[in-house]
Amino acid sequence: MEDDTGYVLSMNNITKIYKDGFVANKGISFSVRKGDIHGLVGENGAGKSTLMKVLFGIEHPETGEIIYKGSPVSINSPLDALRLGIGMVHQHFKLVPSLTVAENMVFGIEPTRLGLFDYKEAVRLTRQVSEKFGLDVDPNMKVRDLYVGQKQRVEILKMLLRNVEVLILDEPTAVLTPQETQELFKQLLNLKKHGITIIFISHKLDEIKQICNRLTVLRNGCSINTVDVDSVSKQDISRMMIGRNAINSIVNNHSKPGSTLLTVNHLNYYNHFGKKVIDDISFSIRQREIIGVAGIEGNGQREISEMITGLDHIQNGSISIDNIPIDNKSVRDIREMHVSHISEDRMTYGASADESIADNIISDRFYKPGYSKAHILNRKYIVTNTDAIIKNFEIKCDDGAAAVRTLSGGNIQKVVAAREFSNDPAILIANQPTRGIDVGASELIRRKILKLRDEGAAILLISADIGELLEISDGIIVLCGGRIVAYFDDVDNLDENELGEYILGLKSQTSQQIARCCR
Amino acid sequence: MNETKKIDVLFFIIRDVVAIGIALIVSLALIASVSKDPLGSLTYFLIGPVQTVSRIGYIVEKMIPLMFTGVGVSLMFRCKQVNMGSEGAFYLGGVICAAVAINVKLPIVVHPIVCMLAAGMVGALVCGATAVMHTKFHSLTIVTSLMINYICLYLGQYLIGNPLWDTSAGFKASFKYLETALLPKLFTQTNIHVGLFIAIAVVIGGHFLIERSTLGYRIRTVGSNSKFAAYSGINVNATIITCEMIGGFLAGLGGAVEQLGMYKRFEYSGLSGHGFDGVMIAVIAGNNPKYVPLAALFLAYVRVGAETMARMSDVPSEVVAIVQSIIIMFVVAERFLAGWKHKVIARQSLKQLNEGEVK
Repeated sequence: MEDDTGYVLSMNNITKIYKDGFVANKGISFSVRKGDIHGLVGENGAGKSTLMKVLFGIEHPETGEIIYKGSPVSINSPLDALRLGIGMVHQHFKLVPSLTVAENMVFGIEPTRLGLFDYKEAVRLTRQVSEKFGLDVDPNMKVRDLYVGQKQRVEILKMLLRNVEVLILDEPTAVLTPQETQELFKQLLNLKKHGITIIFISHKLDEIKQICNRLTVLRNGCSINTVDVDSVSKQDISRMMIGRNAINSIVNNHSKPGSTLLTVNHLNYYNHFGKKVIDDISFSIRQREIIGVAGIEGNGQREISEMITGLDHIQNGSISIDNIPIDNKSVRDIREMHVSHISEDRMTYGASADESIADNIISDRFYKPGYSKAHILNRKYIVTNTDAIIKNFEIKCDDGAAAVRTLSGGNIQKVVAAREFSNDPAILIANQPTRGIDVGASELIRRKILKLRDEGAAILLISADIGELLEISDGIIVLCGGRIVAYFDDVDNLDENELGEYILGLKSQTSQQIARCCR
Repeated sequence: MNETKKIDVLFFIIRDVVAIGIALIVSLALIASVSKDPLGSLTYFLIGPVQTVSRIGYIVEKMIPLMFTGVGVSLMFRCKQVNMGSEGAFYLGGVICAAVAINVKLPIVVHPIVCMLAAGMVGALVCGATAVMHTKFHSLTIVTSLMINYICLYLGQYLIGNPLWDTSAGFKASFKYLETALLPKLFTQTNIHVGLFIAIAVVIGGHFLIERSTLGYRIRTVGSNSKFAAYSGINVNATIITCEMIGGFLAGLGGAVEQLGMYKRFEYSGLSGHGFDGVMIAVIAGNNPKYVPLAALFLAYVRVGAETMARMSDVPSEVVAIVQSIIIMFVVAERFLAGWKHKVIARQSLKQLNEGEVK
């Protein structure tokens, strides 16, 4: 039974703040009609997964309510969600590889006979639900012997066996080949016929256009719009997804670049699953130049920044700083070459939450003259320095002795930036320097980046925020599938929608055009 | 934010008082069930330790070795290394000290110093081995360190039971230590010895090391976020190994000081428990060396109180042991709750800040 509006499910004014202060959802409202395949789209970090984790009871929101079938419900755990008929298939499958399909299917609701597990009944239940929905699986196969697409089918069946009516699929096609994707879509349309409502999380526009009838766009933790898919073009969706902040008060007066400082040459990288994450990437950055890197996250950005800064080994290819190769150099060696690094993961790499602001600021320089003498820290010097930095970067705090975890996200990022910018960097690797922080702090950090550039630094700016890239970059390279697919040297006349098409893999440049980013 | 700090301190004090209060009530109930005069028995427990000079001396004697292991464990815990090897390091340190005190002829002053350094170095090897195994082979520190304790125990037993065994002693003990090695006593009525000054130096040194030295900074940073440390260019593995070697050195040193200050020959028939007590003290002191003497005082006081009650009242010694454990448990649990509460407050203020800023 649904309410008058035809919505089976409404989430109203959901706000979710993570404990590191990151605001993942800002007052999001989101409604789904019964029997729809409803796309939930947005860039990484837009808040899609968080919103669905709230719906599935994995995360608990600070504010907001969930209306299901016309009445408010409280969902405190996935068990609550399943009881109500809401199921979720995660991007990373939650199956036990050594057990059979039937055994995996009945986890938590095992049929018993005389107090013992009834395997035959489990097989029967699996066959029954598999036939009902036309999803073919062999109940007696071990899960480890299945293809990825089949594992996903088991996950979906697992939910159907628990009689879910709303099925959340978190980027289901990320792990599938194109053929498996088409097979999945056929199955989803079949489920739709059975009256199952599907929430389909994705940032792939083609898929959204093909399979969904409605879609909601999230950006920066806010809900931007909910529309019928047929009423919008792919370009419209792209614009809504990556749209640009109206505020544009920073003027980028490009400097004249000097000599080349950072050279990345035919870099390849395989992750520990053996997947090629970086595919033959070459580029260079000169003094007084900011090269922006655009692209959906997970296209090699993290690996590139970690290899340049020494956190990860170079497997294949080379990186040189001022013509000195950096293979086999330690993080400290590379930092000694005046390379600064803002990590995308602020709370894991960028800062130590329980330590003071002062201790966070001296982490790369505590052993240097002034900060210490004969292995003893010079407190006075450190305090004076920290106070100056706090003032310069407008960090809101009592004093330098305050623990970093007591600061807001924006101020924590200012601490990170303050450390990385105040060590006279020749090269700055800034990976998502303004993610998830307020407008004021973002602007301060962007201005400081421009200032460093004007003072002679070579800067690699990796950002999911296209507005930011267009605002302060001097050149932009676009990563897609671990490769550079485009290079633009005239950023001022670059259209963000065109850039979006390259980011989403709709277009790519010729290799001659791309090669211009190596000088 | 200053408000938050004030709330924290107030909360800290209230929790302490409440925890000890609850522990005493539970203990009283327990004592009441076995004693004809529960209040009298409890009085022995509570003020017995300060009723005579010899008992006060007894408290201080017990505190001395605990300060060594307490500071050592605090350092290792600050680096987030759950190394339980202090127990073995303390024991084997004592054995090595015995070997040097028996077999090496040296003048006064020099002799105990050589004994202590030898014991400290063996302790550093014991805890350092665990650290190396952890950093090189990713073995679990808590498991390897507990296993290494057994190696220390049986290696020590072998040495005491064979080359160092004085068969004329009448029980399994080493030869007598040479007079030149012994640490002099400070007062006539008690056994408090010069080791007290060494212990105080270790506490001050430990505090200085962790708060003021660059090594201490590395230890704190690796302990609070090792990925951040690596990202900043700190050599995480070297820091972990150095830190645990220092922790082991202090435990070994403590073992030597205890032998030379309190004993004439090596008499332990098994592990002495000083290393594990060090873990408890580190937890109570919040891994701050400067609070280690307080925590050691607390533990020594409870121990002496329990022994006094066992001797002077009708409470059986088994119940005394239970009461002692209950009190220690409450105080340790209180620390856990404090940490948790602290985080709650921080989260709260963070949230407020964020909501103010985002809007």
